[in-house]
Amino acid sequence: MTDIHDAIKAQIDANPVMVFMKGTPQFPQCGFSSVVVQILDHLGVDYHAANVLESDDLRQGVKTFSDWPTIPQLYVKGEFVGGCDIIREMFEQGELRGFLEEKGVPVAA
Amino acid sequence: MPVSDSIHEKLTKGLAPQRLEVIDESHLHAGHASAPEGGESHFRLLIVSAAFEGLSRVARQRLVNGLLSEELSGPVHALAMKTLTPDEAAAA
Repeated sequence: MTDIHDAIKAQIDANPVMVFMKGTPQFPQCGFSSVVVQILDHLGVDYHAANVLESDDLRQGVKTFSDWPTIPQLYVKGEFVGGCDIIREMFEQGELRGFLEEKGVPVAA
Repeated sequence: MPVSDSIHEKLTKGLAPQRLEVIDESHLHAGHASAPEGGESHFRLLIVSAAFEGLSRVARQRLVNGLLSEELSGPVHALAMKTLTPDEAAAA
């Protein structure tokens, strides 16, 4: 498990906005994952996505890495922000844009 | 015991919620790629509890996930939730 955790850590360190999801941003394979990438696209955020369906190690590893049992998972500047419910709530309540800006992530006007 | 009943029981015991709704949405996902057969796999929760006071969103969900770890490592494939304190619920 430590190898996959190292790989996950490297990905979230290398990408200021990193999403672990089912499917790809172009072809999400789960409604919850789809919501998160739609919100990021809407805000014009540049993000990197990893498809956990491509690797069972990654799919299980990302759950133990963050002690979070579900996919999708969003990380900003190395910090776990939440899954679909939390991202949607932050977006609906108008907090997500401010949160990203505070973290120094460029957001479309 | 049906999964929805065990979810209900554990959350009632663990959070003493003022309001608790456990909605089985499995039928909306029947047949999708990784959905198990037989339903009881996708749930939506609405929980209003004083136990959430002072906790971040992530901490609230971790609390719920912890109480339902058995269900999450077994039959439950997706768990969407809204977690509110009594004050937040009154303001909503």
